[in-house]
Amino acid sequence: MTDDLQPFKMITPAPSECGCGAPATFTLLSRPGKDLPFVEDEIDTPAGSVPRIATRLTAGDWWGTIRTRWGVGRMTYGIPPGLYAIGTPNAQSEVLVTANYKLTFDLVRRAMAGGDFWILVLNSAAINVWCAAGKGTFGTDELIRSITSAKLDRIVGHRRVIAPQLGAPGIAAHKVKEATGFKVVFGPVRIEDLPVFLAAGKKASPDMRRKRFPLRERVVLIPVELVTAAKWMLLLSIAFFLLSGLGHPAGYWAGAMSSGVMATAAFAGILLGGAILTPILLPWLPGRAFSVKSLPVGMALGAVVVTLFGGDLGGWSGRFEASAWMLIIPALTAFLAMNFTGASTYTSLSGVQKEMRVGLPLQLVGAAAGLMLWITSRFTA
Amino acid sequence: MQRLLYLKDVSTLALDHHRCNGCGTCLKVCPQAVLSIVDKKATIADKDACMECGACAINCKQEALSVRSGVGCANAIINGALNRDSACCC
Repeated sequence: MTDDLQPFKMITPAPSECGCGAPATFTLLSRPGKDLPFVEDEIDTPAGSVPRIATRLTAGDWWGTIRTRWGVGRMTYGIPPGLYAIGTPNAQSEVLVTANYKLTFDLVRRAMAGGDFWILVLNSAAINVWCAAGKGTFGTDELIRSITSAKLDRIVGHRRVIAPQLGAPGIAAHKVKEATGFKVVFGPVRIEDLPVFLAAGKKASPDMRRKRFPLRERVVLIPVELVTAAKWMLLLSIAFFLLSGLGHPAGYWAGAMSSGVMATAAFAGILLGGAILTPILLPWLPGRAFSVKSLPVGMALGAVVVTLFGGDLGGWSGRFEASAWMLIIPALTAFLAMNFTGASTYTSLSGVQKEMRVGLPLQLVGAAAGLMLWITSRFTA
Repeated sequence: MQRLLYLKDVSTLALDHHRCNGCGTCLKVCPQAVLSIVDKKATIADKDACMECGACAINCKQEALSVRSGVGCANAIINGALNRDSACCC
């Protein structure tokens, strides 16, 4: 690569409307080079040497994917941006634009194995293409800067780059053309369709342009939701377990072992319903709002918890306690389900704002009423 | 499998027919097939499928399309409201 590149620092996006931003400070290896584990060697170009990358993923790459899916180091799993090569590209080879999130980069190199391509990796702050495009980091300015700093005009004879379609919320193709002379061709949504797209003369079928949300994609997103929510559910379980013994007629530990165990089961049920079952069953659940979709799940889990772990429903204490969980479980399940909007591929900002305006107060009232009933049950015979 | 659609009548997507020159770029960048071409002009065919990603508007040279774009993520909206700059959805 060229020598005039500055040491690589991650972009730190300003706190956006969405409130997501990459961690404030971290640095990666300075620039694409031979020292990276996925680089095989270097090829010479009129603009200097370019690292050639492996298209076969190693055990280390897969392990990194699994860790990231479980939320470990997810926000810092980046690679140095810049120009890379797959196979033996020449001046006529296509230039594929992608993000510097390692999961994305791995998908690209695996899907394009066997071909000859230039891979232009933008600095998306180690965020996937679609989310980074929404925030503007995978965007017009970064693409212009990358085309210029990679000296693409000296490496290829044509004047076009192929960007992923889901980069379009950030990339204004006509502005990139104006600034660099390079035409941006939007490829298909899925990198797996790119070889067919190229073979068809860079034409995408309507299906290639559609972002769907199949079961497999919903399932791989569950672990991150689960890890985030599990921390809260664990804390709540401990708190309720310790409080359960207070005021119990048969003594502290007898109370903890009955009502405390029931509370733990309830929070496990909330986690199961909100972070696992609702995402899996999403297309088959009635309603459109995620919190509405979660209601039958929350009610069913509430009934299961009350049936298996509930006390004597003949007495007022047992009745209050059962009612408490029949409110808290659906309310918190709905809250977790609502958070899955961020992982989904089809919800709009206006829609989520509307769902929250109506749903959040109802969830709070439900949970608060449930908590009061539960406290009342502690002091009722 | 049923098609997944989010809330009805919430999208802020708007199209100025007079500005549209029918180039079709918006159809290519939309991941939800919201737009179609009718009589050589773009038209909003399936507004409820719009997820307000903003790809069509930013790529419309004629500035015929407008949308209040953003990320449809409850966690992000909560973090934004609390002024927290923490990791969220993506």
